[in-house]
Amino acid sequence: MERKEWPLWEVFVRSRNGLDHKHCGSVHAPDAKLALQVARDVYTRRQEGVSLWVVQADHIVASDPDAKPELFDPAEDKIYRHPTFYQLPDEVNHM
Amino acid sequence: MYTQALDIPQQNTEAKGPRTIENPAYQAEFDAKIDAGGYIEAKDWMPESYRKTLVRQISQHAHSEIVGMLPEGNWITRAPTLKRKAILLAKVQDEGGHGLYLYAAAETLGVSRDELLDALHSGRAKYSSIFNYPTLTWADIGVVGWLVDGAAIMNQIPLCKCSYGPYARAMVRICKEESFHQRQGYDLLLTMMKGTEEQRDMVQDAVNRWWWPSIMMFGPHDKDSTHSAQSSRWGIKRISNDDLRQKFVDATVEQAKVLGVTMPDPELKWNEARGHYDFGAIDWDEFWNVVDGHGQGNVDRLAARVKAWDDGAWVREAALEYARKHDARDSRAA
Amino acid sequence: MTQQMTSPEHIEYVLRLGDNALILGQRLSEWCGHAPVLEEDMALANMSLDLIGQARMLLTHAGRLEGRGRDEDQLAFLRTEPNYRNLTLCELPNQDFGRTMVRNFLYSSFQKLLWERLMTSSDAELAAIAAKSIKEARYHAQHSGDWVIRLGDGTADSHARAQGALDYLWPYTAEFFATTPVDDAVAAAGVGPVWSELETAWEALVMPVLAEATLTVPARTPFRSYGKFGRHSEHMGHLLAEMQIMQRTYPGAQW
Repeated sequence: MERKEWPLWEVFVRSRNGLDHKHCGSVHAPDAKLALQVARDVYTRRQEGVSLWVVQADHIVASDPDAKPELFDPAEDKIYRHPTFYQLPDEVNHM
Repeated sequence: MYTQALDIPQQNTEAKGPRTIENPAYQAEFDAKIDAGGYIEAKDWMPESYRKTLVRQISQHAHSEIVGMLPEGNWITRAPTLKRKAILLAKVQDEGGHGLYLYAAAETLGVSRDELLDALHSGRAKYSSIFNYPTLTWADIGVVGWLVDGAAIMNQIPLCKCSYGPYARAMVRICKEESFHQRQGYDLLLTMMKGTEEQRDMVQDAVNRWWWPSIMMFGPHDKDSTHSAQSSRWGIKRISNDDLRQKFVDATVEQAKVLGVTMPDPELKWNEARGHYDFGAIDWDEFWNVVDGHGQGNVDRLAARVKAWDDGAWVREAALEYARKHDARDSRAA
Repeated sequence: MTQQMTSPEHIEYVLRLGDNALILGQRLSEWCGHAPVLEEDMALANMSLDLIGQARMLLTHAGRLEGRGRDEDQLAFLRTEPNYRNLTLCELPNQDFGRTMVRNFLYSSFQKLLWERLMTSSDAELAAIAAKSIKEARYHAQHSGDWVIRLGDGTADSHARAQGALDYLWPYTAEFFATTPVDDAVAAAGVGPVWSELETAWEALVMPVLAEATLTVPARTPFRSYGKFGRHSEHMGHLLAEMQIMQRTYPGAQW
């Protein structure tokens, strides 16, 4: 059957300069230009943003939830990557 | 706004969603996550019954938002001042936004918005029956904000912590926006109560018509509710219908005093021993009649939604066709 | 507010701007809950809210200039039909989404030019309103223009509907540029441009978009409409009856 539904776009908003764009929701739109416009109309009605990104939802490549153990668990024991791992004398501990 | 409809049965929307093949290991992991108060995300494994319950609850909630645009939308063109017109339009627009956020949350479960709308338009899906009541005067706009949105907020706040991440995030956004809705309604009524006798009568009349439907919004008594136990376990319904209803009554009766209106319930009185207001018996026949399609607005509300959708078909198709043509042209040029 | 005497032409000019925003804002608000998709419901409501906001500022300003103590609501709801000075185009029924978008495009393209000129008005309040409103008009022209292109160059059905909308609306755009002594007086005082001066620039804005939309621009005909002179279409009375009902039914009540 012919597809009648407008594609889904994920919307990312930068709430003010200096901050990252953050995912805030989705819209349906027929093309990129209108996606950006309706993202503006839907997600910035209360001055929530100064910049918008839209990405067609099926262009996002996501990690497999089943692969969580091999992807993310190996970082667990690398505690030496964190500054708190190192105990320094009080005089220099603000380092 | 909100729906009591999560307790109302409907035909389930069948769809291929995230992986739901029953698997004891996955089930144990899922249960542990739920019990620890954690979140389930779209691509995580979930039991089929959890997914179906969520699709039903979220989509009924979404339908309620967009059908809920109609009774208040009925007064936009007749608002008495430009300030009130702007407030009402912004408010009804918000309801549309809430519907949009919720449809998007439901879509993460593997159903499309068009499928969900089709279920609404064909009468398979339910929406909150509160929106089948008519808005007869301008005072109804205030009372809907105060009582209906008031009941909605009480229902919605617990859902901001529900176990399904996309639903919880949509609810956080909705609750932030919703707080203006109840306040503007009360503000509108305060202004009318300071006005003429005729205006005060209008407010009282609206309260008389909306009070009982509002407290019915919390759904059937806990003992008659079919989904509550499982839904509580899943954290997609965290406080019982009766507890929320009592909380609403207690808060609202005090607000009514400030406003200077009375509730149409002779049995409404403070119970010192319970520390709550007692109230009269709810007419559940009336409730089920409206749920089952016999309310004053059921036919018209649905017809208005179907008409908007059908009238818009050529627009949606045109935009797709334009995109298709231009994609083709662009790829030829490349 | 203003210290020196304000001319009746100046007041009428501001009222005309306010009435355009008011009446088109009212029309667009009728869409709420009935748009082709939820996303466009949001967009149409935003545009209506922009226009109602413009109307509030402009009518408040007109009331102050007039100095008879009329506020935005008395002006919006309690005048008789011939005292509304909006363009006839603004009061025409929405009909379908196509006609609504074509109208928004024709109108907001004109508003873009007008607000741009009014930003340097000798009327400081009007200049401030223009500085705010021009941003809104730019967005409205962008959004409606993109839709005109998609509907015109979409399906055969949408093309026919968009062309029908343009054929219907185009004659009413002649009214934008109809000369009036009000404009001459206002221009002489540095308050705002003579609208007829904007015709060439307006055509330069709309023609390329209509061409991209594969639409045929109708030839000018002797048809004239006179809303901005206070002589409206049959549609206006119905619009006002609905919009004014509360203020007319409950005179003097506060809401």
